[in-house]
Amino acid sequence: MHPAYSIIFFTTLSGAGYGLLFLLSLGFLPADRLLGVASLGLSAAMIVVGLLSSTFHLGHPERAWRALTQWRSSWLSREGCMAIITFAPMAWLAYDWLIHGTFNSIAGTLTAICCVITVYCTAMIYGSVKTVRHWNNGYTPLVYLSFALATGGVAYLFVAFLMGYSYGWMPWHAIVALVIAWVIKAIYWRHVDNGRSISDAGTATGLGYMGKVKLIDPPHSEENYLLKEMGYTIARKHAHKLRGISVVLCFVLPILTAILIGLVQIELLQVLAALVGFASVIAGTLTVRWLYFAEAKHTVTLYYGAERA
Amino acid sequence: MTSLPLTPSAKRLGLVIDLDICVGCQACVVNCKEWNTGGYAAPLSDVNPYGAETDGAWLNRVHALEVGEGKNSRTIHFPKSCLHCDDAPCVTACPTGASYKRQDDGIVLVDESKCIGCGLCAWSCPYGAREMDLAGGVMKKCTLCVDRIYNENIPEAQRQPACVNTCPASARHFGDFNDPDSNVSEMVRERGGYDLMPEMGTRPTNKYLPPRAKQQDKPSCVGSETAASTQVAAQGGFLGWLDDILSMGA
Ligand code: SF4
Ligand code: SF4
Ligand code: SF4
Repeated sequence: MHPAYSIIFFTTLSGAGYGLLFLLSLGFLPADRLLGVASLGLSAAMIVVGLLSSTFHLGHPERAWRALTQWRSSWLSREGCMAIITFAPMAWLAYDWLIHGTFNSIAGTLTAICCVITVYCTAMIYGSVKTVRHWNNGYTPLVYLSFALATGGVAYLFVAFLMGYSYGWMPWHAIVALVIAWVIKAIYWRHVDNGRSISDAGTATGLGYMGKVKLIDPPHSEENYLLKEMGYTIARKHAHKLRGISVVLCFVLPILTAILIGLVQIELLQVLAALVGFASVIAGTLTVRWLYFAEAKHTVTLYYGAERA
Repeated sequence: MTSLPLTPSAKRLGLVIDLDICVGCQACVVNCKEWNTGGYAAPLSDVNPYGAETDGAWLNRVHALEVGEGKNSRTIHFPKSCLHCDDAPCVTACPTGASYKRQDDGIVLVDESKCIGCGLCAWSCPYGAREMDLAGGVMKKCTLCVDRIYNENIPEAQRQPACVNTCPASARHFGDFNDPDSNVSEMVRERGGYDLMPEMGTRPTNKYLPPRAKQQDKPSCVGSETAASTQVAAQGGFLGWLDDILSMGA
C-alpha cells in the first residue's frame, strides 16, 4: 500500500495527542494553570494538526464534513465523529483546569473514554480493510492503542518535566508503556511475517484448478492508480533495516532517556533528555507507520503477477 | 446512505463474462471508456494522455494470463470490471454516503457530488474495480451503463452496457440474475459460472464462465497430414493415380 505522508502524520500525531490527553485526563498532575496550558495545548495541537493533515490527501477536502454522516457503517466516519465528540469533554476539562484551576474528574473520565474510542476507530479504519491481511487482524487496534499510550506517555513526561513537575514515578510509567507497545509490535511483526493470505492468483481468477496463474500481458503499459495506490512494494531487506531503525527510535532511545531522567536528578538534563525521547518516539512512530503501509499487500496485486497477497 | 439495502434487491443486474470466448481484443475496454467519458457524469479523465507517463481512469481492464505449465498451458484473456457485489465492502466503508447500492436493481454507484476522494472504497474492493479520477478528485467505477440500459433515447436493442454491445466475440452478457430464466442465469447454470475470490465474502453479482476443457484426443498436425495422404491414396481415381506416380520416385 502506498504510504501517504498525510495519513502517516495523521495517525502518528493524533495518536500521540490522544495518548497525552488520556493521561492528562486521569488527573495525576496538579491542576496548575500554566501546566494546563502547556500540556492540554500540546495535546490539542497534535490532535488538530493530525486531523488537518488527514484531509490533505483528499480529492475534495472542502467536502470533508460529509465524512461525518455515515457512522452507521464506516469506521472512517466513526473516527471523524468521535474526534469531534472528544472535543466536548476536553473543553470542559480545560475550562475547569485553566479558568478555575481545579481538576474536574467527571470531565476527565469522559475525556479518557473518548480518547480510547477515538484511537480505536482510527485503528479500525485499517483493521476493517479485509483486502489487506497486514491490517485486517486483531493486532491492529492493539498496536494503535499501545502506540498512542507510549507516544503520549513520552509527551506527558516531557511536558511535565518542562513545566517543573518532576515526579519520580513518571519515567518508569513511560517505560512500562513503551515496553508494552514494543512487545505488541514485535508480536504483530511475527504474525504478519508468518501469515499467509487466504487469497492467491488462483482464487482471484478462479483458474487455480488449471494450474499456476501467470500474468503475461498487463492491461496497461504504464502504472495506473491501482498500482500506485495498492501495488506499492518495498524490498524485504529495506523493510528489515527500517524495522531496526524504528525499534531504536521508538523504543530503545526513549527508554534510555527515561532511565536517565529517573536516575539523574539534574533538572536541565532531565528536560533535555525528555525532549530527545519525545522527538525520537515521534520519528520512530512515523517510520513504523510508513512501514505499516509499505509492507502491506493488497489483493489487487494478484491480478498483476503476485502469487499471494 | 452507505449501509447496504436491508432487503435484497428485486432485480440483480450484472454481467456474465465468458473466459472461453474472450479473445483479448480490448474492444470492451475502449468502448467503456468512450461511453463513460461522455456519459451522465463528468468525463473519465486522463492525466498526461500524450506524454511519457500516461495515466487515466478506466472502468474495465483486460489482463492476459497464462494458466498451467508446458504443453498444457493456456492463454486466457481476463476482463475485469466492477462485479456489483451483494455485500459490497466499498459501500459500507464509504464515509460520505457517496458510494451506494441501488435497492431496485443492485447496481453499485458513486454519487460524485458527495465523494471526497478518500480512496477508502478502492482499498476495500478486493478486485481493483475502482479507480480515482485524478483530474476530478472523485472515485470512478463501472456504472453497469445505467445511462444506457434504461435509456429510452437509444434503440431498444442497444439498451445494454457498452462493453456487452461492442464485444465482437460475444464474451460479455448482461441480464438479471434474480430471474432464473434469464440468459445470464441459464449460462451460469449450464457452464458452471463462478465468483472471483469468494473467500472475501463480497458475494459478487457478476459471474465468470470457465474456459472449456481442451480437446486432448485431437490428432497432432503431423499425424493429420499423414492421415490425409493415406486417405487420398486409398481414394483411387485421378488423385490416387497421381499420388501413386509421384510416390514411386520417393
Ligand atoms: S467489485 Fe469492488 S467496487 Fe464493485 S461492488 Fe464489489 S467491492 Fe465494490
Ligand atoms: S473515495 Fe468517495 S466513494 Fe470512495 S469511500 Fe471515499 S468518499 Fe466514498
Ligand atoms: S457495464 Fe458499462 S461501465 Fe461497466 S464495464 Fe461495461 S461499458 Fe464499462
